[in-house]
Amino acid sequence: MSLRIDQDHSRFRQIVRGKIRQNLRKYISKGELMGKQGKDVVSIPIPQVDIPRFRFADKQQGGVGQGDGEPGDPLSGEEGDGTGKAGSEAGEHVLEVDITLEELADILGEELELPNIEDRGKSTIVDQKDRYVGIRLVGPASLRHFKRTFRNAIRRQISMGTYNPDNPVIIPTREDMRYRSWKTEEEPVANAVIVYMMDVSGSMGDEQKEIVRIESFWIDTWLQRQYKGLETRFIIHDAVAREVDRETFFSTRESGGTMISSAYKLCSQIVDADYPTSQWNIYPLHFSDGDNWSVDDTLLCVEILKTKLLPVSNVFCYGQVESPYGSGQFIKDLKEHLPADERIITSEIRDRDAIVGSIRDFLGKGK
Amino acid sequence: MSKFALKTDLPGYLQEEQRQIEEIARSYGLDFFPTSYEMLTYDQMNEVASYGGFPIRYPHWRFGMEYEQMSKSSEYGLSRIYEMVINNNPAIAYLLEGNSIVDQKLVMAHVYAHVDFFKNNYTFKATNQGVDPRSGEPIRKWVDTMANHGAIIRRWANRVGIERVETYIDHCLSLENLIDPNKPFAPEKPRTKETHEEPKPLEPELLRVDRDYMESFINPEEFVQAQRKKLTDERDKPKRLPERPDRDVLGFLIDHGRLDPWERDILTVIRREAYYIYPQMQTKVMNEGWATYWHSRMMTERICDASEIIEYADRCAGVLATSGGKLNPYKLGVELYRHIEDRWNRGQFGKEWEDCDDHDLRRHWDRRTGLGREKIFQVRALYNDVTFIDEFLTPEFVAAHKLYTFGYNTRNDRWEIETRKFEQVKGRLLFSLTNAGQPFVYVVDSNHSNRGELLLQHDHQGVDLRLDWAREVLVAIERIWKRPVEIHTVIDDKPGLMRFDGSEHAQRAL
Repeated sequence: MSLRIDQDHSRFRQIVRGKIRQNLRKYISKGELMGKQGKDVVSIPIPQVDIPRFRFADKQQGGVGQGDGEPGDPLSGEEGDGTGKAGSEAGEHVLEVDITLEELADILGEELELPNIEDRGKSTIVDQKDRYVGIRLVGPASLRHFKRTFRNAIRRQISMGTYNPDNPVIIPTREDMRYRSWKTEEEPVANAVIVYMMDVSGSMGDEQKEIVRIESFWIDTWLQRQYKGLETRFIIHDAVAREVDRETFFSTRESGGTMISSAYKLCSQIVDADYPTSQWNIYPLHFSDGDNWSVDDTLLCVEILKTKLLPVSNVFCYGQVESPYGSGQFIKDLKEHLPADERIITSEIRDRDAIVGSIRDFLGKGK
Repeated sequence: MSKFALKTDLPGYLQEEQRQIEEIARSYGLDFFPTSYEMLTYDQMNEVASYGGFPIRYPHWRFGMEYEQMSKSSEYGLSRIYEMVINNNPAIAYLLEGNSIVDQKLVMAHVYAHVDFFKNNYTFKATNQGVDPRSGEPIRKWVDTMANHGAIIRRWANRVGIERVETYIDHCLSLENLIDPNKPFAPEKPRTKETHEEPKPLEPELLRVDRDYMESFINPEEFVQAQRKKLTDERDKPKRLPERPDRDVLGFLIDHGRLDPWERDILTVIRREAYYIYPQMQTKVMNEGWATYWHSRMMTERICDASEIIEYADRCAGVLATSGGKLNPYKLGVELYRHIEDRWNRGQFGKEWEDCDDHDLRRHWDRRTGLGREKIFQVRALYNDVTFIDEFLTPEFVAAHKLYTFGYNTRNDRWEIETRKFEQVKGRLLFSLTNAGQPFVYVVDSNHSNRGELLLQHDHQGVDLRLDWAREVLVAIERIWKRPVEIHTVIDDKPGLMRFDGSEHAQRAL
C-alpha cells in the first residue's frame, strides 16, 4: 500500500542527498563514514536538516533530573542528551540517515564527475537481461499466464451468472487471456578484482595508513557500483610481501627495508592463479611513501609492470602518500621509466584533503 | 474523517472492551469528548505519527524526516508508538495492530484521561473553534482544519511552485514558536472606527483660579497655548508600531508584513497550527501525569483480571522509568497528582499547615478532610505545567523523589549534578517549563532606524540564545519581512545585537 507520507519522505531524501553532496569532501577527508558501514548501507550524520528556531544555548541551560548521586557527580546518562527533558524539547541528536552504498557511489560520481567505466573491449560491462515483470493482454501461447487467465475467466463467469459451483466448468475466452510480459534491464556482468598493495615499512605511519584506508573505501564503493562482483585482495610488503586479510592490511606495522618488487611479483602471481583476464577486470593499487631499497629493485618493478601487470590490468594505480620519512622517489622513477603509458595512473597524496583529488585521478579516466 | 485505504475499525472484541472502559472512565467522573479508535499497522502508525496524529497535513519534507526517524527506530526496536490521541471533537485515538490485549486496554484507559484533559483543561480552550449551539459542547474540528490547510498549501504549490512554497514554509516554521499564548484569551480588540472629523485640540488642565482677575497671572495665555500645543503634538505624533512589544511575531508579520497573498496564506496556516499545538507543550507534565494516574487506577481497580496484572505492571513500570537521571514527565506528573491527592485527603493545606514548621507534626498531619479527589479534578482544569509545579512542588516531594539540578561543568567537560536544594530545583524546573522552555522574543519596532527594519527584543532571563540557530532564524524573518532584521539580546553577559540585512550577518555589543 502506498502511503501518503511517501511524497514528503522522498522530498526529504532529496534534501539529504543534496546535503551529502555538499558535504562529501568533508566526509571523505574526515573518514567519518567507514566506521558506520553496514552490509549494504552507510549511516551518514547529517548536519542541521532541522528547522532552526530561537532557542536556548544548551550548555548554559542545564535542567532537572531524578535519581541518586551527590552534587558534583557526573550524570549517569552522559552524552549531550541530558538536557532538561521536562518541558524543553528532547535533547538534540544528530540525524543519521541510512543510504545505500549504491546511492553513495552515485553521489560520489556526481560530485567528482567520474565517468562510468568503459569496457576494455574483451567483455561488455553491462549486459541486457530480460525479466518477466508484468502482464499483457496479448502474447504468444507459450507465455500464457495460466492462473491469471483462469481467474479472469471465473470472475467473468460469476458476474455473468454462468458459473455453476456444482459443475465448475470454466472456459476462458479471448478476452480472459493474460500473458507474461518482460522488461529488458541492464545489469553489470563483469567482475572485478582490486589488489591493494601497501608498504608497511617503518616509514608509513598511522596517518598515512588512515589515508590509504579512506581512499580504498571510496574506490571500493565506486567500483562496486560499476561491476557485478567485486573482490578485494590485500598484499603488504616491506622487504618481502605476503597476502593478508583486510584487518591485518590496515593494522600491520613492520620495520625494515622496502622491496616493492616483492609485492608486484606476488600480485602478478595472484592474478595469474585466480583471475583469468578474459573474465576479470583487474585493478592493482599500490600505496607507499615512495621509498624503495635500491635502484635495481625499482628497475625490476618497472620490468614486472611492463611485462606482467600492465598487460592484464585495466589500470595500475600508484598512490604516493607523503610521510616525513619517505623520500618520494618512486613516483618520479615510474614517471621516468613509463612515460605516457595510459595504463598507469600515479597520484601524490599530501594529506587528507588531497584524498578527493587522488580519487579523481584514479577513477576519472573511466577505466 | 480520515480515509485509509485499509479498514481501520476496531475488531469486535476490542469494541466490546472500549465500551466497558468508556463506562468505567465515566464512572470515575472523567468527562470526555466522544472518542473513536482506529487500529493501524505499524507503518500507518508511523505515518500518522509523523503528521502529528493527523491523517492529512500540508506537504513538507519535515514530515518525511519524522517518518524516516520513526520508522527506523521502530524497525530496530528502539521505540514503539503505543498510543496517539488528537485533541479534536470527537477525539481520535490510534491503536497499534499487534499489541497485546492488555496493551490495548491500557492505551484506551490512558486515552480517555487525555481526552478528559483536552476537554477540561483551560489552556485547551484556546483550541476551541466555536460552540455547538445545540449541545453547548466546544467545536474542535481540527482534523478537518488540518486537511483544509493541506488543500490551501497544495493549491498554492500548484500555482507558484512546490519549491518556493516549501522554502517559504521552512522560513515560517523557524518562527513557529514566536506566538503569544495569552492572546487567545485576550478580549477582542474593539475595531477603532476611522474618524474623518478634524480632531479637537486638547485642553490642558489649568490651575484653579478663585478670583477672575488672577486668571492671566496664574494661567498666562502663552503658557496655556504652549501646553495645548504640546498635548496635541503628543497625540498626533505617528505611533510606533507595535505600540507595545508584541510576542505574537507571526501575527504581526501577517498583519503588517508586505506579503503576497500566497505568503500570507501560508503564514496564517503555520500560525494557526502553532496556536493549536501550544497548549500541549504547556501541559506536557500535567497531561501525561493525569493520563497515567487514571490508567493506573482504572487498570488496577476495575479493568485487569489476575492474569493480566503482571503484564500491566511491567508495561506501566516501563512508562514510568527514569533512566540516566532524566526527568520523566509521566512520572513527575503522576506522582505530583498523587501527592496533591494525599495532601488534600489529609488536610495538609491552608494557613495552619503553611505556618507549621514542626517536622514531626507535619509528617503525621491528618485532618481526614478527604478532599483529594475533588482537588485533583480542580487542578486538572485550572493549571498549566508552570503553575502546577509552582504551587504543588513541595520540599518533601523533591526530597522523596530525589530531584536534583544538573549543569554543564566546562572544567570537567561533562554534565554534573549541581544541587538538591529545593529552591534551586524548583527554580530550574520552572525555568525549563516557562514558555515551554523557549525564549521570550518580542517585536519592538517595525520601522527601526526609520528605515522599515524590524527590531526584535529577546527578553533575556539568564540564558543566552543559541547563536548559530538565531542567525538562521534572522535569515528566515528577513525573507518574510523583506527588510533587514535585528534582534537585541545578551551575549556572554553583555547586551548585544544580531542583525541580518539580506546578505550579511552582523553581531556586536550594544
